Amino acid sequence: MCETCGCTITPGNAHLVTDEGHLAHTKDGKASIEVLSSLLHENNHMAAHNREHFNRHNVLALNLMSSPGSGKTALLEATIKALGSKYRIGVVEGDLETENDAQRIRAQGVPAVQITTGQACHLDAHMVHDALHELDLGSLDIVFIENVGNLVCPASFDLGHHANITLLSVTEGDDKPAKYPVMFRGSDLVLLTKSDLLEYLDDFDTQKAKNHVRHLANAAPVLTLSSRREETLKPWFNWLDAMVKAHQKNQNIAPTMQPDGMALHSASTS
Amino acid sequence: MHELSICQSLLDQARQIADQNKAGIETIVVLIGPLSGVEAPLLAQAFSIARQAAGFPDTELEIELSSVRIRCRQCGSESKVPNNALLCGSCQSWRVELISGDEMILKSLVLIEKPAVMVKAG
Repeated sequence: MCETCGCTITPGNAHLVTDEGHLAHTKDGKASIEVLSSLLHENNHMAAHNREHFNRHNVLALNLMSSPGSGKTALLEATIKALGSKYRIGVVEGDLETENDAQRIRAQGVPAVQITTGQACHLDAHMVHDALHELDLGSLDIVFIENVGNLVCPASFDLGHHANITLLSVTEGDDKPAKYPVMFRGSDLVLLTKSDLLEYLDDFDTQKAKNHVRHLANAAPVLTLSSRREETLKPWFNWLDAMVKAHQKNQNIAPTMQPDGMALHSASTS
Repeated sequence: MHELSICQSLLDQARQIADQNKAGIETIVVLIGPLSGVEAPLLAQAFSIARQAAGFPDTELEIELSSVRIRCRQCGSESKVPNNALLCGSCQSWRVELISGDEMILKSLVLIEKPAVMVKAG
C-alpha cells in the first residue's frame, strides 16, 4: 500500500515526485519542504493495516455505499438468506445514530457490529479498525462494510476493503453517476436496486444509468436487481463468488481507484 | 463535510514534518483535483477552523487546483474534459485513463524558524 505517494500520483503530476530537490530554500531564506503525500496519509496507513488484517484471515472485505434508503441493508438480508450456508458472513454497519441496521442483520443469525458516527458523514479506516476488534475474523469468509448513506464523503476514504460496491435505487434517477462522479468513478460494481419498482417508473432507464457510469471511464459491471425478487439476484451472487475466488488466488486485490499511483509507487520502491 | 476530517489529518501530518525539522509552518501547499472528492472552498473554510484547534493559528493554506485530463486508450490523444464526461475529445471513446484530476496531495510546506527556539552554532 502506498504510504509515500498516497495513491494519488497520476502521469500528469508524476514529474513532481521525480524532480530533484526534496528541500529547497526560497529567496527570503525560508525552507520549502516537498512532501507529496495524500492528505489522508494517516487514514491510508490504517487502511493498509486493516487490509493486511483481512488478508491474514483470508477474509474478503466489501464496502457498500449509496444514498440513504437505497436498500443496502435489504440487499445484505437477502444475500445472507441465500448464501448464509455457503459463506460465513459478518457485517460492519455505519450510521449516524441507532443500532437498527445491526439488529436487522443479527436477526439473520450473523455477527454485526454497529458503528455510530455521531455527526461524521462517512466511515474512516480507524472506525473500521476499532469495529474489527469485535468481529472474529478467523471464523468469517466475507465482511460487508455498510457505509453511512451518502454519495459524497465515503468515496474519499479507503477502509482497507477489497472492492467498492455502489447501490443506486431506481427511484433515485438514472443520472446519479453524472451528478456524483467521484463515487461512481471509484465503483468496482454498480447495483441498480429496487428493480421491482421499474414497472411503475417511466423516468429511469437502466441503459442510461450504465452509460453515465461508462462516461466516467469506468468499466465496472452494472447489475439490475431487486432484493425482493430472489431470481434477480443471481448475477450479484455470481460476482460475489468470482470475487471470493479472485481474493483467494491473489490477496493484492484493492479497489480500482488509483492504478497509476500504485504503479508508480511500486516502481519507486522496487 | 468530510473536509474538516481531511484538514485535521493534513495538520497532523504537517505537524510531524515541522517537528522533525524543529520549525514552524508558514504555509501548507496542497494540490486538489476536481475528482478527488474535496471541494477547495470547503477545504479553505474547514482549514480556518482546524488550524485554530491544532495550534497553528497563523499558518496559511495555499490550494493549487488541477484539471481533469485524460489519455485515450484507443487513439492515444489527450483531452481536457468535464468532471462527469471522461470521453476522448477526438474519438469519443470512454476507454480512457485519467492523467490528472483526482489529486488530493500535500505538496509542500514552507517552514519558518520557531521564534522562541535559539539554535547555537557549532
